[in-house]
Amino acid sequence: MSEENSEVWEVFIQSKNGLAHKHVGNLHASDKKMALENARDLYTRRNEGSCIWVVKSKDIVSSESEDSEAFFDPSNDKMYRHPTFYKMPDGAKHI
Amino acid sequence: MDKNLLKYTIRLGDNCLVLGQRMSMWCSNGPTLEEDIALANISLDLFGQATSFYSFAEKIDAKNSPDDIAFKRDADNFSNCLIVELDNTNFGFTIVRNFFFDCFQFLFYERLKKSNCQSLSDIAYKSIKEVKYHLRHSTNWLIRLGDGTNESNSKVQNALNEIWKFTDELFVLDDLDQIMIRDGVGVNTLELKSEWKNLVDKALADAKLKVPKNTKMVYGGKQGKHTNSFKELISEMQYITRKYSDARW
Repeated sequence: MSEENSEVWEVFIQSKNGLAHKHVGNLHASDKKMALENARDLYTRRNEGSCIWVVKSKDIVSSESEDSEAFFDPSNDKMYRHPTFYKMPDGAKHI
Repeated sequence: MDKNLLKYTIRLGDNCLVLGQRMSMWCSNGPTLEEDIALANISLDLFGQATSFYSFAEKIDAKNSPDDIAFKRDADNFSNCLIVELDNTNFGFTIVRNFFFDCFQFLFYERLKKSNCQSLSDIAYKSIKEVKYHLRHSTNWLIRLGDGTNESNSKVQNALNEIWKFTDELFVLDDLDQIMIRDGVGVNTLELKSEWKNLVDKALADAKLKVPKNTKMVYGGKQGKHTNSFKELISEMQYITRKYSDARW
């Protein structure tokens, strides 16, 4: 398989039902099926997952580092956005 | 001791061990890093299945451990089908060979699940999950290569022309098979053939590949008559044990 036929895909694994998919790494593949199978072979060898997502890296829209002031600094001084005044119910998991 | 059951169990293990050994030869030689790991995973699955069969063989006859069965028999005492021992040749060849065998093994384990022999049935239940994945892997690659470029299509078509003559051996019954079927232990592989052909034809159509006509089928593996390269495979596999008989790992 030549490199020009393959693309980079990002891999997300959900370790248990109910948990969020977590980014674990990336891989090369030339189509969806191959990407999913490669992800299974590369990232779930030790029983890590219950679900896999693969997304073409080029389809991910990312913020740029030069935008970080405008994006993130304004939230620094807004304490009222943090729900620190609530008591967590005992039964609530994965929040 | 049930000698027939012992022989039958070892035969089933041999198919897995020998294909596992062939697949291990891809390790560090895969077409891409990702595929290298996929092929090595398949190899390890097959070694695991062989270990299950040989461990059961040891229960039938305590004289031989799984390691003895794998590493201390001569090539002509192996009773695997010829198709699993064929040289990897190239990636396309390996895919076609594995595809034919995976289709067979999937149908075989489906039936072996219903065996009177609880241990063989248990091995089938456990192994079929792995084989479903192997079949998915080989089928997807078969279609990708067959329906790919002119070059990839012609490589897998040539491989198919070469391998087809080894497919019928998977299904023919010898005396041992007949006894095992009679006892409700073994699988009547003749009954799998039409289902196998359906699975194969469907994938070959998607892959734009054709079965060669007027092929003279080749047999002999079950009787210990192997292809030329088989002795090399076995001597490489058994090298350490032969040289250092008390080696441990």
